[in-house]
Amino acid sequence: MSLLSALTAKPWLPEPPPALASGPATPAARVALRVLLAVIATLFGLFLLAFLIRAQLPDWQALGGAPGRPLANLAPLWANTALLLASSLAQQAASAAAQRDDAARLRRALALGALFTLAFLFGQGWVWWRFIEMGHFVASNPAASFFYLLTGVHGLHLAGGLVAWGRVFARAARGVAPQRLRLAVDLCARYWHFLFAVWLVLFALLASPPQTLRVLAEICGIR
Amino acid sequence: MSYAASADHHEPRSFWTRYVWSQDHKVIAIQYTVTAIAVGLVGLVLSNLMRLQLGFPGAFDFIDPSSYYQYVTMHGMIMVIYLLTALFLGGFGNYLIPLMVGARDMVFPYLNMLSYWVYLLAVIVLLASFFVPGGPTGAGWTLYPPQAILPGTPGTDGGIVLMLTSLVIFIVAATMGGLNYVTTVLQARTRGMTLLRMPLTVWGIFTASILALLAFPALLVSGVMMLFDKLLGTSFFMPAIVSMGQPLEHAGGSPVLFQHLFWFFGHPEVYIVALPAFGIISDLISTHARKNIFGYRMMVWAIVAIGALSFVVWAHHMYVSGMNPYFGYFFATTTLIIAVPTAIKVYNWVLTLWRGDIHLTVPMLFAIGFISTFVIGGLTGLFLGNVSVDIPLSDTYFVVAHFHMVMGVSPILAIFGGLYHWYPKVTGRMLDETLGKLHFWVTFLGTYAIYFPMHYLGFLGMPRRYYAWEGYEFIPASAQDMNAFITVAALTVGVFQLVFLWNLVWSIRHGKPAGANPWGATSLEWQTPDTPPVHGNWGASLPVVYRWAYDYSVPGAARDFIPQNVPQDGDTPVADQPVWEGHA
Repeated sequence: MSLLSALTAKPWLPEPPPALASGPATPAARVALRVLLAVIATLFGLFLLAFLIRAQLPDWQALGGAPGRPLANLAPLWANTALLLASSLAQQAASAAAQRDDAARLRRALALGALFTLAFLFGQGWVWWRFIEMGHFVASNPAASFFYLLTGVHGLHLAGGLVAWGRVFARAARGVAPQRLRLAVDLCARYWHFLFAVWLVLFALLASPPQTLRVLAEICGIR
Repeated sequence: MSYAASADHHEPRSFWTRYVWSQDHKVIAIQYTVTAIAVGLVGLVLSNLMRLQLGFPGAFDFIDPSSYYQYVTMHGMIMVIYLLTALFLGGFGNYLIPLMVGARDMVFPYLNMLSYWVYLLAVIVLLASFFVPGGPTGAGWTLYPPQAILPGTPGTDGGIVLMLTSLVIFIVAATMGGLNYVTTVLQARTRGMTLLRMPLTVWGIFTASILALLAFPALLVSGVMMLFDKLLGTSFFMPAIVSMGQPLEHAGGSPVLFQHLFWFFGHPEVYIVALPAFGIISDLISTHARKNIFGYRMMVWAIVAIGALSFVVWAHHMYVSGMNPYFGYFFATTTLIIAVPTAIKVYNWVLTLWRGDIHLTVPMLFAIGFISTFVIGGLTGLFLGNVSVDIPLSDTYFVVAHFHMVMGVSPILAIFGGLYHWYPKVTGRMLDETLGKLHFWVTFLGTYAIYFPMHYLGFLGMPRRYYAWEGYEFIPASAQDMNAFITVAALTVGVFQLVFLWNLVWSIRHGKPAGANPWGATSLEWQTPDTPPVHGNWGASLPVVYRWAYDYSVPGAARDFIPQNVPQDGDTPVADQPVWEGHA
């Protein structure tokens, strides 16, 4: 039943008694993950809106662009992006392995997923350390503040994902049949894909030159 | 596996797992409710302390300007977030959603338990700020920077940090709860419970939960960024500023950015507490007037429309921040548009009462009282929604009167009505009716005695948030008499809430036994095999729903109500319900 017909039903009229539900319902956890992703998307959306608005004020010094700026060399962040992509793909492989009931492959793929995630987090930490070495502290400039803030919040969400991953991995390591882990592994994979997409947006905006941010702000009607 | 065996296996046995670390939605609801009422009492005492200063300036040595601002701030934040939001969603939502949609429990009981304990942590962190050096923050509940984190405002050492931390923790708790409420409504409705057969209470709480999920992130963003400004010296919101003669390190930030973020949360927050109240009032009026709710579908659509519109009206809180006139025009227009679905709801309540078989029970009295206060507060909202009227009235007692009528007192009356209505299901006993009526009349008349005069004070130009008014020529001396009168009324109402508390406690053991369905109500929570409902709610098999929740006074029916799980004429009852396997 579509939402529209559900909302235009006339509940006061008698209807035949309800039939048993046909086919399996969507698992509650799947629905809950969709809702959670909507919440996290709202959170990052608002952070980025604040970022765009703050970027229009005169003291903003963009991170990327000119040589000597902290993000003039994007190679480390591209490397991190590759690591996060690898972790996302590993989670997807884990999901596929669970579908095929391949327990050994499932454990391997799950372990790889977490390994790449940890590597990404260490990589981000390394970029922080480079920032500090170059004298860009959290309060040095609003763009740097946003860099620490946004990468930090994104990393926290990945860390939270690792907690869920840990529960799934523990069950897989205990030898729980892959078919009973299908849903959980699949939800982990979706969560990782989502955080990878969020990272791409964060990366693009953080590394944007001021002109791009200005155009974006004009499109949003902030300027 | 039979139900009995699985229940033995899953039902908590020890005192600790049953009442403390409980995963049962009913116990969690009671935990939420008791905690919210307890912290709400702190908020009530703070408001009375404020009134003591305003009514009798200088008569109480311990109320200096700093502590006055701290009372103002903590009163506002406690009432809006930690009492109203927590009680409607965590209290009523937790208790009623599973019972009203015919579920065994919330879909994620463990997460639900966690939600309560995280909420309790938020409350403890908030209250801890009373005991840190410098005391709680006195920045006003809106916490506007730069003053919120600069010396000169009370509580800028530990108080503001604890406040922001507590809000962040609260948002985590509210998100865990909200995920549960939304998913339970979407995925755990029993057979036959279509979306449009849900009672309006569920619709109100469901929509409010979605608003909470999408609006609280804005408060999280502003709270985290302000914590950075305060603790790490960033300049997200902080402009270049000279404080106490010293130029600060901050430069270039935008205080108005904070205001936008705050009110992008703050306005939906109004509807987070209003929509559950709308739902509860609809069900109370229909049940106690023995009539189906007038325009049920319109009521549902109005709830959804109000929920959607609530995200595009926020800047009407900021007309005096110096915005582009076209911007203000846009927000004035959206604000007036939101009055349309809201007015539809009020008309439908009144039309439900019209020619109903009205029983003036205590819940019904509170429901009718709600309509009265909500109409008054809503009408003054139309004044303040218009930029040109708002600007002279901004930051006066007119605003204080407006928002207390519409989102302070009205939701509280809905909460009282709801508590008197559902207490018999929760405890199996009725609340005392005489005490209830006393409580209602003092609270309801007291409300008018407190807030009606404030509208006049606002027209005089009396500014809100001021500690004292010496030397303001335009305020006549008689305004002080009015203030003294308001204080006496506020103290009276405050003291009479003890009657309610006494009633709550006393009736647990000594109230009149209620039976399963004392009000003759149709919705599922009154059809449980046990009262109070036991773990798992429904015994061996789930109820099946054959009709909507408003079959009152159906012509030709034997009684003046037909419960939702009674088959229509000619239907054969459905028998084969799946057996409960307990929580995963």
